[in-house]
Amino acid sequence: MLKDITLGQFFPGDTLVHRLDPRTKLILLVVYIVALFQAKSWWSYGLVLFATVLCMAVSKIHPRSIFKGLKPMLFIIVLTGLLNIFYTQGTPVLPGWIVTWEGIGRAVQMILRITLLIAGTFLLTYTTSPIALTDGLERLLSPLKKIKVPVHEMTIMMSMALRFIPTLIEETDKIMSAQKARGADFETGRLTERAKALLPILVPLFVSAFRRADELAVAMESRCYHGGEGRTRMKQMKLQGIDALALVLGAVFLAAVIVLRHFGL
Amino acid sequence: MEPVIVFEQVHHRYSGEAEESLRGIDLAIESGSFTAVLGHNGSGKSTLAKHMNAILTPTEGRVLVHGVDTADEDRLLDIRRSVGMVFQNPDNQIVANVVEDDVAFAPENLGVPSEEIRRRVDEALEIVGMSEFKQHAPHLLSGGQKQRVAIAGVLAMQPEIIVLDEPTAMLDPQGRAEVIATVTRLCREKGMTVVLITHHMDECVGADRLVVMSGGRIVADGSPAEVFSRVELMESEGLSVPETTRLLYDLDREGFDLPLTALEIDDCAELVARTLIK
Repeated sequence: MLKDITLGQFFPGDTLVHRLDPRTKLILLVVYIVALFQAKSWWSYGLVLFATVLCMAVSKIHPRSIFKGLKPMLFIIVLTGLLNIFYTQGTPVLPGWIVTWEGIGRAVQMILRITLLIAGTFLLTYTTSPIALTDGLERLLSPLKKIKVPVHEMTIMMSMALRFIPTLIEETDKIMSAQKARGADFETGRLTERAKALLPILVPLFVSAFRRADELAVAMESRCYHGGEGRTRMKQMKLQGIDALALVLGAVFLAAVIVLRHFGL
Repeated sequence: MEPVIVFEQVHHRYSGEAEESLRGIDLAIESGSFTAVLGHNGSGKSTLAKHMNAILTPTEGRVLVHGVDTADEDRLLDIRRSVGMVFQNPDNQIVANVVEDDVAFAPENLGVPSEEIRRRVDEALEIVGMSEFKQHAPHLLSGGQKQRVAIAGVLAMQPEIIVLDEPTAMLDPQGRAEVIATVTRLCREKGMTVVLITHHMDECVGADRLVVMSGGRIVADGSPAEVFSRVELMESEGLSVPETTRLLYDLDREGFDLPLTALEIDDCAELVARTLIK
């Protein structure tokens, strides 16, 4: 069951989207999110949806992997939808109902917004290796170093966290099997009982995570790690023609959504 | 042979501990040699290893690497660059999600130019025989393969000395054999100085020199054949000797007069055969 976790997953490939510089992709994600929150009308939602589907097609990411990533968010998506249906004023669908046409419209838009938000983020992580992603983030945020923001430290922590996800998942599986072998029950019982049953997993997991962190720090120091100063990179990032093209397209896209909003569409 | 690492009356006590972990170590590791350090848990062998690249510094006495005192913090990077260290758990020393990115970590830290890093990474992976896995995710490799990646990660620093702190403790027999073969090749073909910390006596047989530790002291030091032939001493330290030595020792106790120096099975068999013919 833990094998399903898609966070930080990366599908290697050689499509146009894969070849974009990680910085370009990060900027485009921000543009995309801004556009998504600017969208008000069906026209602009349609435009964002079109852009998302286009990117998915170009990057050859199967919609199924996006839906798999959406699964843990299902509860929030459904709840948002329901709240919008029942709490929006307007014309009732049938006389006397609290469900309104406006409510249904809002609900669909909100669900679309959350789904697209997550889908866009997954498109980035699915097509960019974690190292490239954190390197890109570090470079983008590097101006913040001037005001003493520990950018390098933050990004190295992020890449270590991503590196240890599979290791810790494996470890959790092992601990769970060991506890099950001794009669622990994680699947049945009331919510509070199930939460209590997790305690014997979390305690050894935390103990081992701290031990690992300690050993990792010593191993990093042994390999001459001394912070971000004077570090070089094996894989250097280079902005190319397609990056410029992608950024221009992103700007046009954002402009289109804003113009649509301006005309009340 | 000039010594590359020198311990001078080194004592070490972990903070908060009453007992010293090292109690007066004098040791000189010679350039290009393969030294094995044998001892069971708590003998101080890991503490000894951690003194070789200044992860720990002596509470008394001093350690010199190429003549530089490890207590000199200004020279820390020089020391760590020339003494590479491989640890017990391969999972906890791999820093990246892709094999080649991990191997590049040390030269990146040292500020080596990109093209040079690329060259070193390819070369290091070649030496440990992991070139075909350079795009793989480390967590999907076997224990022995992960440990070879860890060795490549150290080689990419181009150290003169490589210290391995129980690199085989968490591996299956096949992984152990892979790692020991790789390490032996580094010494014999590349002329690197190797220090192997272990509690498996069979991994020490191929070394030039065997140092036995117990209770924070060196209790025996010499060629593996010499050290293992002191069967009573080894047993009093709770360490076993290779089965070949054991056989010759038992035969001697039954009235034969065989030297205990034949460690390899073939040598031992020949020795016994010759004695029986006489």
